[in-house]
Amino acid sequence: MVQRPGRFRFLRALRDLRVHGLLSPQDVPLAATVGVLLALFAACAIAFPGFLSPGVARNLLVGNAALGLVCIGMTFVIISGGIDLSVGAAIGFSSILIASLVQQGWHPMPAFGLALTVGAAGGATMGTLIHRFALPPFLVTLAGMFLYRGGALMVSERSITIRHPLHRTLAEWGSGPVPPAVVMFVVAAGAGFVVARWTRFGRDVYALGGGEESARLMGVRVAGVKVRVYAISGLCAALAGVAMTLATGAGNATAGHLAELDAIAAVVIGGTPLSGGAGSMVGTVAGVLIFGLIQEAMPRAGVTNSWWFRIAVGGLLLGFVLLQRGLEGRRGQ
Amino acid sequence: MRDSARAAVRAIGRAAPAAAAVGLLLAFNAAFTPGFFDLAVADGRLAGSLVDVVNRGAVVALLALGMALVIATGGVDLSVGAVMAIAGATAATLVAQHGASPWAAIAGALAVGAAAGAFNGALVAGAGVQPIVATLVLMVAGRGAAQLLTGGQIVTFNDPVLNFIDGGFVAGVPMPVLIAAGALALGLALTRGTALGLFVEATGDNERAARLAGVRVRAVKAAAYVLCGVAASVAGLLAASDIRAADANNAGLYLELDAILAAVLGGTALRGGRFSLVGAVLGALFIQGLTTTLYLHDVSPNATLAVKAGAVLAVCLAVSERVRAWVGRK
Repeated sequence: MVQRPGRFRFLRALRDLRVHGLLSPQDVPLAATVGVLLALFAACAIAFPGFLSPGVARNLLVGNAALGLVCIGMTFVIISGGIDLSVGAAIGFSSILIASLVQQGWHPMPAFGLALTVGAAGGATMGTLIHRFALPPFLVTLAGMFLYRGGALMVSERSITIRHPLHRTLAEWGSGPVPPAVVMFVVAAGAGFVVARWTRFGRDVYALGGGEESARLMGVRVAGVKVRVYAISGLCAALAGVAMTLATGAGNATAGHLAELDAIAAVVIGGTPLSGGAGSMVGTVAGVLIFGLIQEAMPRAGVTNSWWFRIAVGGLLLGFVLLQRGLEGRRGQ
Repeated sequence: MRDSARAAVRAIGRAAPAAAAVGLLLAFNAAFTPGFFDLAVADGRLAGSLVDVVNRGAVVALLALGMALVIATGGVDLSVGAVMAIAGATAATLVAQHGASPWAAIAGALAVGAAAGAFNGALVAGAGVQPIVATLVLMVAGRGAAQLLTGGQIVTFNDPVLNFIDGGFVAGVPMPVLIAAGALALGLALTRGTALGLFVEATGDNERAARLAGVRVRAVKAAAYVLCGVAASVAGLLAASDIRAADANNAGLYLELDAILAAVLGGTALRGGRFSLVGAVLGALFIQGLTTTLYLHDVSPNATLAVKAGAVLAVCLAVSERVRAWVGRK
């Protein structure tokens, strides 16, 4: 495509979106995700009276804000060709860290700040190790998982209730018209979308996922991009930890149990292949909403057993993996 | 004949880092843990810290054996923990709810493990899906399937044969030790006694070259996943027998990561192309030995996780080619 030099970057990007549309091959997984989401939503709306209420939409967002936050960071990591197994444990660590700091008399705001800093710094450290020593991301982030979970349990094995007026107010907003966790999720998703699509860093992440060597030859500063990708993921996980403390009014070292698995599944269902180099934030948000819809729909359909949820997610995952594989095969020929 | 001898020597060389790690651990215990090497025979049963390490390390050793094969083909199997849960649930429900004989239950569990492996193998070798994604499907859905079998309950059983799998002794030696040793012997016979090991390494080293050389790459890959699934189901039987119940939520939780760690520590290259079964078992024994040692020194289980993180990083750095090159330059 001819790149016209110009100042109307934003408009050009919009035009690119339209030109690519839903018909270009790399957008088929995204189209499938959005299609599944809409079909699920339509089916729910028809089958369950009262599903189209603001209350349900609220539940959908409130219940999945923490997972959604993690998924934003995970999307960057996966697009860059990596994986981050430490996010679930990072949620637990930031949650218990905040609670124990507030218990010791800290104001919640600096406690949040410290938790976010620790999350970002932890991610950056892992990214540095992965890049500097050419280590497999899943082993390094596995070590991070052990470290975070062990550290969280060392802070306190029991859950700590957070007693602070500000925290209580914020937690009460959770049942009000603007739940803070949802605001965090929406803002993070918006920021993630803009960064991935319209910034140099975003393009570098895609380039890195497409192939490290070619990215380097293109002039991408691979080290910096990798470090920042994992730092973003750590930051998002810490944000999810903050959201968790607001939702439960307490810190818990075991919070975020298996969240890494849910996040990876939601991102893949959102049309981002684990092979890296492709994917989108819109897809991830759709993937998270599909997760939430299944959770909302199952009890209404009379399925109260949580295991069907896992099986359904596994089945969806299988479908999307095979779809992506089919597309790759056709493109390869 | 000389070639196979040379291959054997190479295979032993690969296990060297794991052997060194185990040696270090033993040396530490010799110096700082009084009574670590004491062996006692109580009621005709072997007892002592060393026996305990091998006994408890058997589950991860079994997983690591299968994992080493899969990794050597250039893949990875994230589903082994979930397969453990499914296998345990199968055996427990067959015995406790359907009144099946324990042998049928064991056969059922092994069959389920093989089927799970075949599913992974079909996705990876048949459909050409990236292994980490293909096995993620079963990792996510597997525990759900296990809970479906158990109806969400912890299904308890009390059957002499099933209890014997983890709690029994033959000639004073605990059964898990014998099972793991048997699996190792079987694995060695299968991979080093036949050409399977060579095919596995050829596939992992350069798939295209292997195919052009006449190796049936897909069949080799599928076989590795099936063997890994069967090994995981045996591990699942051990875990269920240990608590005399099938716990679909917690059986084998996070053990896939221990298994990968054990295999890599044991000299199996994460990029594929080479493996060491002896090394994988040594790696598993190192992980369990570390846990037991920390336990004996009254380190809290939570700190154990942190130490494990350090061990993972140390292992990563030790096998990193970049670090090796850097050390070699000096």
